[in-house]
Formats: sequence, structure tokens, C-alpha cells
Amino acid sequence: MIEFRATKMLHTSSGHQLLDIGFQLKQGSILALYGPSGAGKTTILRILAGLTDTTTGYIKMSGPGNGNHKGGESGNSNPSGPGSQSSETSPGNESSQTGGIWLDTSRHLNLPTRHRPIGFVFQDFALFPHLTVRQQLEFALPKKADRSIVTELLTMMELEELQHRKPALLSGGQQQRVALARAIARRPRLLLLDEPLSALDDEMRYRLQDFILKAHRFYQLTTILVSHYLPEIFRLADEVIVLENGRISKQDTAANIFLEEKISSKFRATGEIIDIKPADIVYIISILSANNIVKVIATGEEAAALHIGQKVVVASKAFNPIILPLG
Amino acid sequence: MIDWSPLWLSLRLAFFTMAILLLLGIPIAWWLAFHRARWKAAVEAIISLPMVLPPSVLGFYLLLAFSPAGGFGRLLDQWFDVRLVFTFPGLVIASIIYSLPFMINPLLAGFRSLPTGLHEASRTLGKSDWTTLFRVLLPNMRGPLITGAVLSFAHTIGEFGVVMMIGGSIPGKTRVASVAIYDEVQSPHYGQANRYALVLLALSFTILLLVYLVNHRYNKPKSML
Repeated sequence: MIEFRATKMLHTSSGHQLLDIGFQLKQGSILALYGPSGAGKTTILRILAGLTDTTTGYIKMSGPGNGNHKGGESGNSNPSGPGSQSSETSPGNESSQTGGIWLDTSRHLNLPTRHRPIGFVFQDFALFPHLTVRQQLEFALPKKADRSIVTELLTMMELEELQHRKPALLSGGQQQRVALARAIARRPRLLLLDEPLSALDDEMRYRLQDFILKAHRFYQLTTILVSHYLPEIFRLADEVIVLENGRISKQDTAANIFLEEKISSKFRATGEIIDIKPADIVYIISILSANNIVKVIATGEEAAALHIGQKVVVASKAFNPIILPLG
Repeated sequence: MIDWSPLWLSLRLAFFTMAILLLLGIPIAWWLAFHRARWKAAVEAIISLPMVLPPSVLGFYLLLAFSPAGGFGRLLDQWFDVRLVFTFPGLVIASIIYSLPFMINPLLAGFRSLPTGLHEASRTLGKSDWTTLFRVLLPNMRGPLITGAVLSFAHTIGEFGVVMMIGGSIPGKTRVASVAIYDEVQSPHYGQANRYALVLLALSFTILLLVYLVNHRYNKPKSML
């Protein structure tokens, strides 16, 4: 469980604004932060990572596991203990010494970034220009850590063939996978993703969502991602927090928030996608709703976030349904 | 026949100055680039002072400071048996102060031009400031490091006023090339002065040429590396 409370004055292009946020997040879940730019989404990630100060704040990560467990096993192992005195400890050791509290301004407690068991994927990826893909991952390993995770991650993210390249010779999608693998290599408990997919095209975006889900499950992470992009949120997030003017305006599942809000429609039906076909520059999505097949035109971007077999809502508010008597 | 000892002494002085400045300059520039302090502007101003101050002014105050008659000089003399006036170690210390901005400023610009993400990414990967500095930041600023090293080396070769004030012209000890030229002109041995001058001219040109070649190499688009 993560408990987060923070206040901070934000200085945005539209003036000053108070960020005043509190939420709790279950271990193992994926939370999406959604809202207009300047609402404070990235700031929340940075506060969690200890990269940005707060006026008042409290962050506590409780629950089992300290990031050293092997993927696929139970998160209850608790090795190493007080033995490792290195300043570059495995993530989690330091924070467990403070009772899992990362930040408590009332007690002047602020765990430095490097001692927080986090992985951070920056919007611009922040890869090290002088290191190869493999070296980026090896750099991220704590001292005395099991090095086999590097090969494991290279395989999982399909980066083996690129492992000796430097970032300048990688595409955006490849860089993103390296950034994701690098963030996970030190076995963090909390993965923070700052609009990681915004720079990518749709096909790549869809594939990378797969990578994120795969890594999230395999390494038993708790994940918080900032996203503007609804299909991505629907696909990845268990829970969504909508931020407006520095405050939480809604916190619920994606379906409850967006289907209620965005589609106060005059017509809606649920169904299952049975076919996705490209037609010129658009896609035709065939949806089986009850016994009818509905064909809907979608852009490439929208189509990339859909797949056959997916349950969807078909809705419209742009036209008025008319009723015709039959017979 | 040319007496090579002043040129050799100049190179030795420049080398020691550059090496010590690299050790001092990296932490100072790093601190200036990444830490907030109210008196940071004052520190920057003091470091850059040798760029605008007449070398004789700097030399004069160093002479007062190092003199065994003054407080600091007497302290060194009595406690450590170290004399800095008219000695080679004195010249090295004076040169370090004199060339400090030529090391610090390129390094500072180098640190400031690095993307902040590099620093932050390293911290989120559990790395200390020390590891971040040596394994992430410095490897990505080879250009500024080479520029700082070469400029402080070249600037030390070219110093005259400071050396004159605190080193004098003791052959083999403090008589560096620039001072030797002055002495030869005074003598007057114009031919000898001209030989030293030509060597210094060629040396300075070569050094600067190297700096620009290096900068062109590291300023190429990243994909070329």
C-alpha cells in the first residue's frame, strides 16, 4: 500500500496554483494520472521519486517485499537485512529502515531519491549517451545484485540484438524499451512512468503497452503512469485519478470515470470487436452487439488501441436516433 | 645555441597547474552548477577575477601573502618550512589561481549544458552523487574537459606578470620562457628572444588548433559518434 499526501505551490504558465493531493494505492495495481497539462501530474511523480520538494508531504510504502525478490516468486522474501552498508543499496533496504516512510515533512524526514525503491521512466527517456543498451542496464544494478536480470530484461523487451548499440542509434520505441528495462533492472517496488508513450506512433504504443503490462506482472510492480491518452489508460490502468487545478476531481476505474463522463450519449451499446480492417487511411471496426454487426470507422490511432475480441462500448451523441415502426 | 631550460620549466609549470586544476576544478564547477547558495555569485566572481585583473595586481597580493614577512608566509615558513616566494611551488600555486577561470568556466558551461535528466535518471537508479559525477556526467563532457585542460595549460604558458612578481627570474627555478624573452630583450639579445618567442607562438597556435579540432569533433551531431 502506498499512502501519498502532498501540498506544493505550482508555478505554471497560467499562474500560481496550489497542488493539494492525497491518495492511497494498493500494491500491485496500476494507477493512471490523467488531467490537463499543468494540473500537477508530473509533479506528483517527481515528489514520489524525491526529485521535487513539497511544502508539506507524507509518503509511506508499506507491505511485503523490498525489491530483492526474483520475478515470479512471492514478494515476501526479506534477504540482505542490515548487512549491506553500501551507499548504493538495493532499493528498499533504506526505506525499510525508516519504516517504509519516504517523506514526512512534519518529522523533517526525506529519504533521498537514491534510497527510494523506485524506477522512473522519463518522458524524454534520459538514456545515458555514452553507454550501450546493455551497459545502461548494468549501470542500474545495485552492487552485488544478481546480474542475470540484465539478460532476462533484454530478452523480455526484445533488445538482445540491440544490446551493444548506443542510444543515438535507436528508434524512439527502442529507446523507450531501454528506459523501461533500465528502470526495472534494480528491482524497484514502484514504477513511475511519465507519459512514456507520448512520443511514439500508434503501433509502437500498442506494443509498448504490452511490454509495460508484462513487466508490471512479472516483476510484481506497483505502477503509476501519467497519460493523456484514453485507450492507453483503459488498457493499462486499474484505477484512474483525474487531476484538475491541482486537486483530485475523480478517482475510480477508467470505465466508471470516462464512460460516464465523456459519453453522456444518446445512443450506446456494448459489444465485442470481431474484425479490424484497414480501408485507405482509416480502419473499419466491426463490432458484434447482440446479434447485429455494427461497422464503425476509426483512425489508425484509435484502431491501434483496439484488438479483436475486445469488449467495447459503441456510443454516439452526434445524431438523434429515430424510431421506425416495423410492419 | 638556445637554452631550453626556460621552455622546459614553462611546460612543467603548465603541466602541474593543469593537473591540479583538473582535480580542483571538477568539484568546484560541479558544486557551482548543481547547488544553490546565496553567495554563489560571489564565488563565481572571485574565480573569474584573474580574467580582468592585471596580472601584476594578482602577483602583488600573492607576493604579500607568500612573503615570509607577512602572516601567511611566516606561518608556512615557521610551521612547515615552506617558502613560496621565488620558488617553483610558489609559481604553481600562483598559476593555479591565475588560470582558475580558464578551467572552471568551460567545465561549468559543460555541466550546465548536460540534460538535467541524466542527473535525475542516475539518482532514480540508486546512484550517489559521486557515481553520477564520474560515471554519467564526466563521460558526457569530454569536450569541456579537454577545453578546460588545454586552455589552463596554454594560459599558464603565457603568464608573465604574476611570475615576474612572485617568481623573479632564477634560471632553472623560476625563469620560465616568457620571462626569459623579457630578459633577453633587456640584455639586448634580440635573436635569442626571437627564438623563444617563435617557439611559444608555435606552441600556442598548436594548442588552440587542437582545442578547436576537438570541439568540432564533439559538437558533431550525436548520431555521428
